[in-house]
Amino acid sequence: MSTADKATYYRDIRMVPFDLFKELALATVGVLIAVIVLAAVFSSPDVPPVTIASWATADPVDFVTTATSELAGSSTSADYGPPYNDNEGSVQTLWFLKPQSWAGVHNSVDPPNEFVVRPLQQAAVGNSALMADLSTFLGASVDQQSAWLDAYSQALADAKVANGQVTVAAGNYGPTPALMNSLLALARSGGLDGLLLSSDQFFATDYTGSLLFMGDGSYLGGLADEQKLTGDQWGMMNETGRYPGQAWLWLYTLGYQVHPFDQEHGFLGINSGNADLAITVTVTVLTLVLVLVPFIPGLRDIPRWIPVHRLIWRRYYSELKP
Amino acid sequence: MSAPQPAVPAEGGWTGAIRRQIARRLPLEELLPTHQPDYVRSWVYLFGAITIAALIWVVASGVVLAFFGPQWWHHSSVGRFFNSLHFWGVQVFFVFMVLHLWTQFWAAGWRDGRGPTWVIGVVTFLVSVVAGFTGYISQQNFAAQWIAVNAKDAVNATGMGAIFNPLNFGQAYGIHVALLPVAVVLLVAVHIALVRMKGIVRPIGAPEPGVPDAPAADTGVSA
Amino acid sequence: MDSPAQYLHWGFILLSVPNLVVIGLMLGLFGAALIVPFPTRNGPKSREQKQ
Repeated sequence: MSTADKATYYRDIRMVPFDLFKELALATVGVLIAVIVLAAVFSSPDVPPVTIASWATADPVDFVTTATSELAGSSTSADYGPPYNDNEGSVQTLWFLKPQSWAGVHNSVDPPNEFVVRPLQQAAVGNSALMADLSTFLGASVDQQSAWLDAYSQALADAKVANGQVTVAAGNYGPTPALMNSLLALARSGGLDGLLLSSDQFFATDYTGSLLFMGDGSYLGGLADEQKLTGDQWGMMNETGRYPGQAWLWLYTLGYQVHPFDQEHGFLGINSGNADLAITVTVTVLTLVLVLVPFIPGLRDIPRWIPVHRLIWRRYYSELKP
Repeated sequence: MSAPQPAVPAEGGWTGAIRRQIARRLPLEELLPTHQPDYVRSWVYLFGAITIAALIWVVASGVVLAFFGPQWWHHSSVGRFFNSLHFWGVQVFFVFMVLHLWTQFWAAGWRDGRGPTWVIGVVTFLVSVVAGFTGYISQQNFAAQWIAVNAKDAVNATGMGAIFNPLNFGQAYGIHVALLPVAVVLLVAVHIALVRMKGIVRPIGAPEPGVPDAPAADTGVSA
Repeated sequence: MDSPAQYLHWGFILLSVPNLVVIGLMLGLFGAALIVPFPTRNGPKSREQKQ
């Protein structure tokens, strides 16, 4: 709007001196003081990360159980689907929408080999017993491997820990227990963290392997549950410790707490199985509505119907309006 | 300001045309006015300025964090302090941005051709949420791990997993430190330009502004 | 500050006390901004020129 147009727009409005830059300067100083005080008094949340090593040390049975499922290809990651692989375990669709499938595999992850076999092969250098066990396992038929792994998985439900090793009742598991205990030892030493990160490159900034592996277990989720960070605890809004979280995500996380998104058998084709997609679609639509408020009759009239503005411009209405 | 000049023929090529557009749409007197409508003297009008002030400190503390690198903000006490400045700056930023949004909703700030200003404002909010998200997963602590492991399912479910991997620290950090601050600052700049171009909207129910008495004598080119 | 926060659990609503403080602060600030009079330098007698 040109100066002339503005003069017309404000024709009957009293103009007063107003120092915009001084206002901004005062606001800047004020916020700086507030932020310094908050930082000095409360510090900030910084719970140290979980490592494969800390996980394997704190909960060896969960580590071995997870590693067994990775090798068997039955873990969440191994069975996930795009973008990691061609399976379907975690593929979400909603009505005609299949964006996860349409996007395809772009970040290939092969859990049995990346999380278990290759690290063991690297650890087996100079360790003839481990090398032999590995050869026995890899040389067996697929059916034989499955039989060993299934039996071992079931036995792990009653596993015990002794001398840093996971022990189960006697059974026909082939070399599986030895392999898993070797992997456990490698994990506890910290070696597996490094191997998963830099498996095929020197400069590593991609933690996909380690995080998928950890996420497949229960240890990470258990820690999150203690801090009420899980999906059904409004977790998206929360923060570790006694700090405020991301309150602005309230609508997004609300979705995970209500029907049908939290039900195994929901309705309208929505259930907990495709909740991520369904909630994202819902929140996107609602967000679009927020963006387009000025153009939506009814919605844009709410400020007229509920006159909060009579408080905002109280002086104008009482003193100045001609 | 110089005395009104007779209309001059368009000259100066693209540069001249751009200069004339800017001079017409946002002359310096409108970009940096010294007077405002009296009704702007209401506390709610501070929320936008405070949001900008918070953004200044979020960016400033972020620059320091980026300069010294990810280990610094965990292992050095000064680093932890700057991490805290950044954390609380973000809290203040979102608090006052939402208060500013509530104000503009109840004031119906989109009236009289200010719809685009509202749109840009909400888009800025959304981009800020994404900026915050990439920041949270760049912390390199337990919260970052947990958020990333969970967020990946929503990202993957929408097909965005083909281009964005929350578990990839390098990608998230680069987007957070380089791309999104530029996007937020640009959007805020456009938002402020629109506000200054249009001026603060009149109160709801104020009588209609009149029509100009006579066409403007000059072309509105400021000195 | 790193021990888990207290939570308000009301029906299906579960909100952390820190978040409630922030939300309460926001509502309080908004309400105060609407109600608290803005200090005008010279009071209602001030007659600035119309522009």
